[in-house]
Amino acid sequence: MKKYLTGVTAAAAVALTLTACGGGDPLSSSSSQPGGDTGSSIIVGSADFPESQLIAKIYAEALKAKGVSVQEKPSIGSREVTIPALKDGSIDLMPEYGGAMLQYLDAKTKASSPEDVTKELTSKIPSGLTLLQASDAQDKDVLTVKKDIADKYSLKTIGDLKPAAKELVLGGPPEWKTRVNGVAGLKSVYGLEFKEFSALDAGGPLTLNALLSGQIQVADLFSTDPALSANNLVALEDDKNLFLSENIVPVVNKKKVTDTVKEVLNKVSAALTTEDLIQMNGRTAKFEDMGDIAKDWLKSKNLA
Amino acid sequence: MNYLFDPAHWTGADGIPTLLGEHLLYSMIALGIAAILAIPLGIYIGVTGKGVFMIAGLANALRALPSVGLLILLVLLISPAFPSKMGYILPSLIVLVLLAVPPILTNTYAGVRAVDAAAVDAARGMGFRTMKILTDVQLPCSLPLMLSGVRSALLQIISTATIAAYISLGGLGRLLIDGKAQNDFSQMVAGAVLVALLALFFDQLLAFITRRVVSPGLTRRTLKTATATTDVTVIPAAA
Repeated sequence: MKKYLTGVTAAAAVALTLTACGGGDPLSSSSSQPGGDTGSSIIVGSADFPESQLIAKIYAEALKAKGVSVQEKPSIGSREVTIPALKDGSIDLMPEYGGAMLQYLDAKTKASSPEDVTKELTSKIPSGLTLLQASDAQDKDVLTVKKDIADKYSLKTIGDLKPAAKELVLGGPPEWKTRVNGVAGLKSVYGLEFKEFSALDAGGPLTLNALLSGQIQVADLFSTDPALSANNLVALEDDKNLFLSENIVPVVNKKKVTDTVKEVLNKVSAALTTEDLIQMNGRTAKFEDMGDIAKDWLKSKNLA
Repeated sequence: MNYLFDPAHWTGADGIPTLLGEHLLYSMIALGIAAILAIPLGIYIGVTGKGVFMIAGLANALRALPSVGLLILLVLLISPAFPSKMGYILPSLIVLVLLAVPPILTNTYAGVRAVDAAAVDAARGMGFRTMKILTDVQLPCSLPLMLSGVRSALLQIISTATIAAYISLGGLGRLLIDGKAQNDFSQMVAGAVLVALLALFFDQLLAFITRRVVSPGLTRRTLKTATATTDVTVIPAAA
């Protein structure tokens, strides 16, 4: 009987642990920490992929160099998690991608050019948050195929996928299943229905590996990924502008915007270029320390 | 809990029945492979006393492997060789099998070792041959421990099979991973509750089976021996 009871207890413990993970909103606990009201201290967050973490690191280091007190909360999650965190004050500042954020706020938006996106975003941003100056640096989602697949189906644009989609597996992050600039939009805008959608990671090693080894044929990667040219991959042109322009823009809690913060972040945005991102992403891919990469960049632009 | 009661979530490729089926399929295949590997090996080690160091070292070291890390490593190593879903199924199964082998192996070995030496002697005295002693005395006597090893292995497999969803496969982990990425907590709760219920169900099922297949004459005594083995690891081998 004793053994039997132990088994039941163990199972119950498993059950409790598992349900504990799903219970309620895990972010609400972090917002009750003193971080939100330490006066001048800014909490810099980032999404759960390397480029966002790197830019967040650059923001943090640039602010620190000007004497602003900074806390870092890197790698929080997808936009579905980070925007609520910004709203409830769990984090105060994070780098965002204009188009993707606009589509998160307004799924039906028609904006596509950098100017239109910024204009609409400014009007639709949740109250309490504000945008600082957007950078010219862009990082768009690109549907990518291997050279041989592109040749076989003569693919140049996403629209060219239509006759072939039924035979191809699409790979991307799990949130793509429900997103407009993901599976849903590919169907409604381009009329594409893939053989299958494979939920991997956001333009990370799992997606790239799956594309190169053939589990998927079409992958969602990022235009600033140095792996694109390194592996001779073909980025399909987005002829119907499903993926909007994605200029990098700092999103900040209004209460935390001081003149120094504004000046520092606007200078960072002005100095950052797409080429810088590709080059720095190449260094992150080699597992160099993000702090070092961020500091090197700031030094090269005389910002620290 | 709304997620669980929405009829839309009970059909299709991401529907709960499909995910549950996939989860069970991965779990049962992994358990089957682990049992085929671990039970004969455990019996061999228990009877002959050879390779006890392997139990102490290897099997216990296996328990310490971090499952998700191992899974991603295996995907990066194995998937280039299999340009299909197999490139993901194989790594998942290897991880689950490695997780299930140690409890089954150590319990089988301990069960065979813990059989009362007097019973083995008596059987030999009655003219039983070694094989007959194994099948008629040692195995039935070690069955309760062996089955409890299978039971804890199955529990671990069912709860860990959720990680297959991390590398795009199905199973109930899909609800956890997709729910997290989409900030859909009711989906995550549904996944967690289903995994927990599944684990509890199979735990009770195996407890029931154990009660049915173990000889009633054994239950009192083996319970005592079973508690003893957890304290004293080495028991003198039966002649």
